[in-house]
Amino acid sequence: MLRIENLTKMFGGLAAVKDISVEFEANQVNAIIGPNGAGKSTFFNLVAGSHKPSSGRIIFDGEDITTLRCDHIAQRGVGRTFQTTNLFEQASVLDNLIVGHRLRTRSGLWDVLVNSRRLQQEEKLSREKAREALDFVGLSHVENRFIADITQEERKRVAFALAMATDPKILLLDEPAAGVNPEETDGLAQLIRKMKDHGLTVCLIEHKMDMIMGIADKIMVLDHGEKIAEGAPEQVREDPAVIEAYLGSDDDAAA
Amino acid sequence: MWLKLAALLTRPATKYVFIALALVFPLVAQNEYQIYVMASAFVWAIAVYGLNIITGYCGQLNLAHGGFFALGAYTLGLLTADYSWSYWPAFVAALAMTAVVGFFVGIVSLRLKEHYFAIFTLCVGFIMYMLMDKWEELTHGPVGVRNIAPPNGFGLVDFTETTPIYYLVLVFLMLTMWFIGRLSRSLLGRTFTAIRNGDELAQSLGINLMRNKVLAFVLSTTFAGLAGALYAGMVRFIGPEDANVLHTFDMITYLLVGGIGTLSGPLVGTIGIVWLTQSLQFMEEYRMILFGPLLVFLVIFFPRGIVGSFLSWLHRRTQGKAEAAAKAQQSRDTTGRRVNNNA
Amino acid sequence: MNILLQNLINGLTLGSIYSLVALGLTLVYGILHIPNFAHGALYMVGAFMTYFFMVDLGAHYWIAMLGSGAVVAALGVLCERLVFHPLRHSPPIHDKIAAIGILLFLEALVQMLWGADFRRMSSPFTGVMNIQGLIIPEQRALIIAGAAVLVVGLQLFLRRTMTGSTILAMAQNREGAFLVGIDANRVAMMTFAISGMLAAFAATLYAPINLVYPAMGHLVIMKAFVIIIIGGMGSIPGAVIGGMIIGFTEALGGFYLSNDYKDVIAFALLVVILSIRPQGLFTKGAH
Repeated sequence: MLRIENLTKMFGGLAAVKDISVEFEANQVNAIIGPNGAGKSTFFNLVAGSHKPSSGRIIFDGEDITTLRCDHIAQRGVGRTFQTTNLFEQASVLDNLIVGHRLRTRSGLWDVLVNSRRLQQEEKLSREKAREALDFVGLSHVENRFIADITQEERKRVAFALAMATDPKILLLDEPAAGVNPEETDGLAQLIRKMKDHGLTVCLIEHKMDMIMGIADKIMVLDHGEKIAEGAPEQVREDPAVIEAYLGSDDDAAA
Repeated sequence: MWLKLAALLTRPATKYVFIALALVFPLVAQNEYQIYVMASAFVWAIAVYGLNIITGYCGQLNLAHGGFFALGAYTLGLLTADYSWSYWPAFVAALAMTAVVGFFVGIVSLRLKEHYFAIFTLCVGFIMYMLMDKWEELTHGPVGVRNIAPPNGFGLVDFTETTPIYYLVLVFLMLTMWFIGRLSRSLLGRTFTAIRNGDELAQSLGINLMRNKVLAFVLSTTFAGLAGALYAGMVRFIGPEDANVLHTFDMITYLLVGGIGTLSGPLVGTIGIVWLTQSLQFMEEYRMILFGPLLVFLVIFFPRGIVGSFLSWLHRRTQGKAEAAAKAQQSRDTTGRRVNNNA
Repeated sequence: MNILLQNLINGLTLGSIYSLVALGLTLVYGILHIPNFAHGALYMVGAFMTYFFMVDLGAHYWIAMLGSGAVVAALGVLCERLVFHPLRHSPPIHDKIAAIGILLFLEALVQMLWGADFRRMSSPFTGVMNIQGLIIPEQRALIIAGAAVLVVGLQLFLRRTMTGSTILAMAQNREGAFLVGIDANRVAMMTFAISGMLAAFAATLYAPINLVYPAMGHLVIMKAFVIIIIGGMGSIPGAVIGGMIIGFTEALGGFYLSNDYKDVIAFALLVVILSIRPQGLFTKGAH
């Protein structure tokens, strides 16, 4: 599904991501963990095309996407969420989600001027997709509320729904459970499992170990930009290099 | 009671009431001057609608907007006064000019992020002003352009009269609002709004940033050019001061007071402030003593302006009522009434 | 040869003033990420305050300069407290608009109090130095020397004092500085005070060879923005180097190319630079 070959990203003279090779298989939940500053977010940015790698290749669904622009990568089926999602606070949840399906539509300025059939159909389709995605994340009941009026956890779900509305094949989730309480974390974990059940491939960065151990099929551990371990949760948990990396830094010691 | 009355304002039919009011205004106005003031408010409103596309919907603060307004006015003025074009071909040329210059400025400036874009456009606006002021062979320098042709009425109407030009400007204003209304509800308008929410997020949704930003920018400069061309045909005398950055600041004030990113905000803000400054004559010169603190006050306390704040209030109230009703009935099939956010 | 030298002196004078204004702008940007469009208005108020102290109260030039520095510093702090502090979590477009609001207000206020006329302000330094045929008016020499002293003084303050180093620390890493317990409010007020003071000093130095009027800040602030973009927004050495680049280009361009268009040169330079390097001349890579 997603194959990374010798991926390296240099910032100035420093390697934020160093020679990572890994393969994520379809219809699995893959987690990327590691101390702060290990290069996890940079790794996501490389896969999604926000940063261009210094060297290495990224193969998605058999196609080399290394040099593609982010919007083209999104069109190929790579959806993502961010640690914080900036939405239009004074508009309804549904209004915020309709644009999610924009990348699968084609109408432009001319269609707006003549109010073409294509535009009407595509708007209807985008609205349906938005409702579907909202239903999927279990928020149909707040579709008319303003973003400003929903809870932190509901915002997280709206961000998921927005990514879902793009019809992705793989979803990159950056710390999906940051800032929500343990109960809500369980809910989000269930949602991620549901994504997998619907045939999606999920890749997530997360600090909450309990959650990851519960849902991940495969874990990759990064430290100082390098891959120090990869494998099933039980395997990774016992890995001396991983324990060393975590004990060596204050961060996440509690996790 | 108030809620119902307020909700009436967002009904689609309400706009016909306002159109009717605009149509009868010259009949009830006390003198010609009032009609003239209203017509000029409409011209500014058209320009502010343009600014709203790039700054309101797309979130990029364009400080060259006044420059593009003047570019449209100068294109029309010079073509009719010095090259004896008649009004309407020069009008089309003014639109084309602002669109083309907008395109080239856009492809350079929109690669820049936030602050850089604002500063860059500030400089572009200033270069335009300097060219109009200094390039005497072409622009007549500080003297300005006189003898600009009025819109050609083909012997049917005389557009040097105030009332006919009022209706002409009104027609263009309605066309502008019709287009912007359609745009803001469309997928294209939603694409612009997504860009305002953040470049990174928009790109992750597969949106081509440059293409959409440039499109929004060109649309906005074309509306500035449209307003400028109407203005030149109406006052028939223009000078470099029309490109002064203060006009851009004026337009930002109109936009912010009315409601940035809303459909009726530009009209409400422009008409409101233009009449306010007119009624307080002494304010013409010192209006900025009030406008300045007003801008600060608005961005701190009411960043969505009159229309935006009103819509938010209305939405919360109707939504709250609908949800309370739904709870009371304990039934899942009642859904809240939707307030059209595009009102 | 002499003409060239004369023009270089003029460039150095202009560059000194631009550097001082740009320094204040870049400091505020570095610490608070606000492109302070009102900075030019602070510069203008600085000139008027000096004028007020000298002409209306009869104070000596140096005293007037200090007084003006203090008033504008206080004004800067006031702007920070009343306007930018409440907006610190707002979308970036809001502080730009608020800054424009301050600019409009200050200009209209000064115009109401003093009128829109152009005024002359004299300084005690009206003599001319003649160094082997090279004519340097004393005021220009004072500008160059004064700017040099202020730049060195600022460097010493930022590097050698506790307050200065907290400002630098926060410029480099806002969150980091917050974590180690730096009082962000104090640093923000301090930065605005320094920025305002520099603007007032620059205006006071420059006013005797220029004119004093409410719109005098317009061109200066726009050029200062060009300078800090060229020099890298937030960079202190960049502001000085950029100031000199613009000062020299303008003096030489105004003489050898066209005096009419000398004010456009800076902006044309910016347009060319940003067209080729959208991230500015001295900034490294994208963030």
